[in-house]
Amino acid sequence: MKEYRTIGKRLPRIDAKDKVKGRAVYTDDISLPGMLCGMILRSPFPHARILKIDTSRAMKLPGVMAIVTGEDTLKIKYGLILRSPKYMDEFPLAVGKVRFIGDEVAAVAATNPDVAMEALDLIEVEYEELPAVFDPEEAQKLDAPQIHDHAPGNISREVHMKKGDPEKGFLESHLVREDTFTTQSAIHAYLEPHAAMASWDLNGKLTLYTSTQTPYYVQQHLALTLGMNADSIRVIKPFVGGGFGGKSGGMAALDFCAALLSRKAGRPVKIAYSRDEEFAAGRRKHPVAILMKTGVKRDGTIVARQCKAILDGGAYCSIGPTTTIIVGSFQTLPYRFDHFRYDGYRIYTNKPPCGAMRGHGSPQVHFAQDVQIDMIAEELGIDPVEIALKNGLRTGDESAAGFKIISSGFGECLEKVSKATGWKEKRQLGKRQENKVYGIGLGCGGFPSGAGFDPIGTTSAQSSVIIKASEGGGLSILTGASDIGQGSDSIICQIVAEALGLPLEDICITSADTQLTPPDTGTYSSRVTVAAGNAALRAANLAKKEIFQIVSEKLEVHPDDLVAEDRKIFGKGTPDLFISFAEAIKLYQTKNSGSPLLVKGSYNSPNQFSPTYSFGAYVAEVEVDLRTGEVTVLRVTAAHDCGRPLNPMSVEGQIEGSVVMGMGYALSENLAFAGGQTLNPSFLDYKVPTANQIPQIDIHHVITEDPEGPFGAKETGEGSLDPTTPAIANAIYNATGVRIKELPITPERILRELKRKEQEHGKETDRALG
Amino acid sequence: MEKKPIELLVNGEIHEIVVKPNDTLLEVLREKLGLTGTKEGCGMGECAACTVLKDGKPILSCLTLAIDVVGSKITTIEGLSIGEDLDPLQEAFVQHGAVQCGFCTPGMILTAKELLGRVKNPTADQIKEAISGNLCRCTGYTKIIEAIQAAEG
Repeated sequence: MKEYRTIGKRLPRIDAKDKVKGRAVYTDDISLPGMLCGMILRSPFPHARILKIDTSRAMKLPGVMAIVTGEDTLKIKYGLILRSPKYMDEFPLAVGKVRFIGDEVAAVAATNPDVAMEALDLIEVEYEELPAVFDPEEAQKLDAPQIHDHAPGNISREVHMKKGDPEKGFLESHLVREDTFTTQSAIHAYLEPHAAMASWDLNGKLTLYTSTQTPYYVQQHLALTLGMNADSIRVIKPFVGGGFGGKSGGMAALDFCAALLSRKAGRPVKIAYSRDEEFAAGRRKHPVAILMKTGVKRDGTIVARQCKAILDGGAYCSIGPTTTIIVGSFQTLPYRFDHFRYDGYRIYTNKPPCGAMRGHGSPQVHFAQDVQIDMIAEELGIDPVEIALKNGLRTGDESAAGFKIISSGFGECLEKVSKATGWKEKRQLGKRQENKVYGIGLGCGGFPSGAGFDPIGTTSAQSSVIIKASEGGGLSILTGASDIGQGSDSIICQIVAEALGLPLEDICITSADTQLTPPDTGTYSSRVTVAAGNAALRAANLAKKEIFQIVSEKLEVHPDDLVAEDRKIFGKGTPDLFISFAEAIKLYQTKNSGSPLLVKGSYNSPNQFSPTYSFGAYVAEVEVDLRTGEVTVLRVTAAHDCGRPLNPMSVEGQIEGSVVMGMGYALSENLAFAGGQTLNPSFLDYKVPTANQIPQIDIHHVITEDPEGPFGAKETGEGSLDPTTPAIANAIYNATGVRIKELPITPERILRELKRKEQEHGKETDRALG
Repeated sequence: MEKKPIELLVNGEIHEIVVKPNDTLLEVLREKLGLTGTKEGCGMGECAACTVLKDGKPILSCLTLAIDVVGSKITTIEGLSIGEDLDPLQEAFVQHGAVQCGFCTPGMILTAKELLGRVKNPTADQIKEAISGNLCRCTGYTKIIEAIQAAEG
């Protein structure tokens, strides 16, 4: 394996020092002279007609500088731009109707938060309440309230996929299992609440600072809804305090409201959501009811899969039409089967809209898939690891949804976790200490890397990077990629540093500023390392070509025989005869009439899905208290094939974060609703795992040197989440013998099932004795 | 509400400011003193991103009134180390990959700082307990715990 200088090293992030010193500037940390504070008035009703909004009393309050309602807007809906008008179903401020508790009705800009809050109370809105519907099954009934005129039956999106002949496949199967799984409403709970600050210049140009994963989508959505040319809108992403998909849907209401208020008041306006607004009205993960049917041969080979999914979409599309596709297609990873049918329905309900959350539809269906495989393994008397090995997608395979696998380390992942945990022995152990039982379970996954999913239909490449070299020998990188804490700025710098033989300190990066940086579709679908990384590598290779040409003439060495290392360029084998990188740039400029060395690289996925896919196998070990139903996750052993970890410390950070988030999804996190009202809109009541609950996490890197990824890399950010939840669910079954197919697996549910099992056992004993 | 002039001792510097009785320490630090390293994650005392040290003890600045800390010594993340220097704990966070989005980091570091001053060579369990009120959604806490242990050595 080739030795690299920068790639594969456990290097600290380039922004870590600023972050530990409190110097990293996030959106809410920015102030501009004359800045006003904005706040949003939200609907108290789940479904109502807006009859009248009277802002006159609020406007009279001293310190109130502007108020906007739907009437101040162009009344243009937004959503997944250019895909279909029916997916553009949301006004940035409500027009005519509100559809969930928290729907944005008006916004106020005032000199301070106290005045803004008081002004919200003084806005008088007359509503006519309408019947509301909260359950997706109910919402599909003929007499259900119609939430959008364009969507009869409240169907927001339906997706159908078919490959082969599933019916025939089931007939040919030795065993066919059909199970229903349900998943809950979960939310990102990133630590930084959304914030945005808008400011206009006197030429009508807008600058918006916003905590987003997708600044270019924000720019497009603002242009659409404000009736502007996108080029007159500059969206800047400062440091972002986590996103996990919650800041990926394009424009948020506060982006639009800050812009509109600022234009009206003639002063900069900043809006920051409260934590309550985030929990009660922010985008969230889709709850999904999954009817999964899988047919297998006697030896465990999967023959056919049929799946029907009902996604509870909430009041608007958000990014949900894409989720409806993903629940279908992503279940074709990491196993191979030839017969497949999927019917997915996303249903509108009068609840906050659901969008993307880490894994984006995939954690839901992978929970279902791997729990069902565990059940099948038990029925057939085959070890789950063996079933996974037998069915796992291999290099050269194509999944039932058409995903082409160009590198798969899935088998090695399974072997590694199996060996590292002592799987075979522990699986049979059935260890019990007083009231505590031990269990071990497997979860598997696979995930697109560098996907081309593009909801706005742009002609721009999915990722582009510009590199500018300076006389001092340093480089500036301009990338549209959005670092939201996952570390893309650092990885892009590492890639360029490696390619040009420079230390990281010689490289500066400017990212995600739509006026300065080239377009990038954003941080979602685990696409950044592969897509933006490849764009950066292509730009760096172009820079190298230009520089080597110049140096070649000077040193009289053929460009193919030159190497760049340690700020020097020299012929292979003659490191003492070199030209420094800085000198080479000067030579280049002299030869090119002083023109700077400026190169660009772009990347598009070579196919409509994803260029490549990651794989993973995780084993969870748990202890369950039979008296209380409490689950302790003792250890998670993770083997992840990310092609090559460009920075193993960063890859581990992604896996560790995913394991703990997956544990929260499995055991505790759940937004509860009553009448469309979120009952637990706080960190206190929405149970994000805390430091004293985490398991020991052991990580094994599986290196497959992907042919498409930059330096062989694939994704880690989302694929690492999928296996954790089913691994924990299967371990709980292994420990207790009770199978829970609804998330989260709470102590109450475990106790209920234990009790039921005991009663059934009692009846059987009675029968036997009877 | 009547405003009141007060003196606050923050990071070794005395600030003469005028506050309302209901201004929180968090608001004053961020908006009046420009110390934006202290973060607001919830404003409800549930996430501890706003942690600062009051006379060396971690407190939640979002639940503390500015007028209540007159006469106390307040340390924010900006005051933990001088100039370009990093405190060994900050250095350990950098070297061990304990920072991802960085939003919980200031509060996490200040909470850990107090622990390390109080307990010599804390065990992993002691660290977990000490930071169990500081939420982090990125790291899964693992590398944070490693960094705190390494800073001790």
